[in-house]
Amino acid sequence: MNRLPRWLSRLAGQALFGAAVLALVAWSLAPAVWQALTALKPDAQITHMPLVYLPRPATWEHVARLWQRKPFGTYLLNSAWVSAWATLLCVAVAALAAARVARLSARSREGLLLGLLVISLFPPILLLFPLYEGARALGWINHSLALILPYAALNLPLALWVLESAFRQLPAALDEAGRVDGLSPLQRVALIHVPVALPAVATTALLVFIFCWNEFMLAVTFMTRDDRKTVTAGIASVSGASVYEIPWGQLAAAVLIATLPLLVLVLLFQRRIVAGLTRGAVKG
Amino acid sequence: MSTGELRGSRLTKIYPGGVTALDDVSFVAHGGQVLTLLGPSGCGKTTLLRIVAGLEQPTTGTLELDGRRLDDVPPGRREVGFVFQNYALYPHLTVAENMGLALRVRGVPAADRSRRVREVAEMLGIAGMLGRRPAELSGGQQQRVALGRALARRPRLYLLDEPLSNLDAALREDMRAELKQLFRRLEATVLYVTHDQAEAMSLSDEVAVLRSGRIVQRAPPLDLYARPADLFVASFVGSPRINVWHGRADGRQLECRGVRVPLPERLGGREALAVGIRPEHVEVSDAEIPGAWPAELLVDEPIGPRSLLTLRVGGEEARALAEPREWPGRLWARWPADRLHWFDGATGGRL
Repeated sequence: MNRLPRWLSRLAGQALFGAAVLALVAWSLAPAVWQALTALKPDAQITHMPLVYLPRPATWEHVARLWQRKPFGTYLLNSAWVSAWATLLCVAVAALAAARVARLSARSREGLLLGLLVISLFPPILLLFPLYEGARALGWINHSLALILPYAALNLPLALWVLESAFRQLPAALDEAGRVDGLSPLQRVALIHVPVALPAVATTALLVFIFCWNEFMLAVTFMTRDDRKTVTAGIASVSGASVYEIPWGQLAAAVLIATLPLLVLVLLFQRRIVAGLTRGAVKG
Repeated sequence: MSTGELRGSRLTKIYPGGVTALDDVSFVAHGGQVLTLLGPSGCGKTTLLRIVAGLEQPTTGTLELDGRRLDDVPPGRREVGFVFQNYALYPHLTVAENMGLALRVRGVPAADRSRRVREVAEMLGIAGMLGRRPAELSGGQQQRVALGRALARRPRLYLLDEPLSNLDAALREDMRAELKQLFRRLEATVLYVTHDQAEAMSLSDEVAVLRSGRIVQRAPPLDLYARPADLFVASFVGSPRINVWHGRADGRQLECRGVRVPLPERLGGREALAVGIRPEHVEVSDAEIPGAWPAELLVDEPIGPRSLLTLRVGGEEARALAEPREWPGRLWARWPADRLHWFDGATGGRL
């Protein structure tokens, strides 16, 4: 068989690669796009058969109704508040632990991390009832601490795993230079470990924030007052005019709006992460 | 001048697992002097330095700096400056911040801080780079920043761990001279760790040679060179290496492999001996000279001002530094009696 000319085979390779990327992007984006289209369609077009793909005309009705009937802005703020504090707490504690764990002997380090992994494999639903009892005893039902503390704790294993491996890459001499310079352990983590491994820390924080933002089970259990609900619990409470009506349009709008902050955050952080990685900061 | 006197007494370090890194080491680093710890890798020199810095704890033994016990003092309060082998600069901080961090955490006001940092930077010729980050500097510049970080704190004692080993040869020589000048000017007490004997010789007021966790010999550089305490020091110090022949003595001469070396009278009663001579003291000639052995030229390496000749004498080999010129394949080599070092064949100790 004749071999293709080199330029042609290269072109074919590139085309194949492009097609694969395109397929992947389409696969990932399709549900979100469908969600967005649904949010902008008038009610009649949502359930219309045959399918109506593009809303004609597009309407902001669902978004507006969402805001009229539910304190949707408050939901978003609650989510932001709870997720931000939980992330801060989680990453701070994980960073302190990781700095120490990274300097343990290989045996104790691996034992500890494995133990954490095993613990984190238990389904969180096991924790729901004890946590609920605890929160009630403390009077924390409808208090943001009832979410902040468990969120921080539940994400701790993940954060510790990521940060530990990042901190382990740092030369030991860097930490020792800090010791000779008179930095306390806390100062060394805050002024050396975290800034030097900033890309990893930012990635960790982002992941933890996304998990907190998306958490549903604890949120819907602990937050019973409408003005305390986070956005996931809030979306669940969006209902139609009658029991039989499912307000697809409003739900789609709600999901879309709830996702937007995460999208913005990822884009912001992504630039940060890439910038950090390309600076080539960590060099023996 | 009396500040910065460090006294280490009976220091021992045994790692978990039973490896002995330091074995009952005692020493004094005198104020304003450079004491170099010289030895092959694994001899305990870096461990000793790290113990002085407080980065590691000795298993037993004590340290005193200007009469103050250091045993329970954390590294940051020991008033020591440490220069790490790979510099360990903070990559996210500028040069100025790197040098000023120790002052900042100690609460030195910003104005004082930047004045001190600038002073040191000017002294080291890096004043123009205060706003840059370590990744933007060359190896030599990073080295200066690492030095500056130690200097800016004005410690009583400087600890340098193979600071020049990451530089290329030409830069290393420049920095060596510069360091020496700097230490003089600061009248600094310096504990300097290296495995490079040339560096140790050129920089130090005194050199302590370590082997297997013990100080084998401590002496000013030239004494170390002229009167090595044993075979190990003799072959570790001096380049090219000293020639050593082992043999059995019969009271009048030492019988090596096919060569006889006349014995000094004081060693008449001994049997197993080793004799050494530095290549620069071997006399070579293409005509016969009294007391010389016939030798065969194996290799002739011109190294600039001298040529390094590898000779076969009887069944032994010897290296000699000689005039750089064409040498014939057969020549004469003489070991002048007053240049010979005699060692005990079994213990290696100097006789």
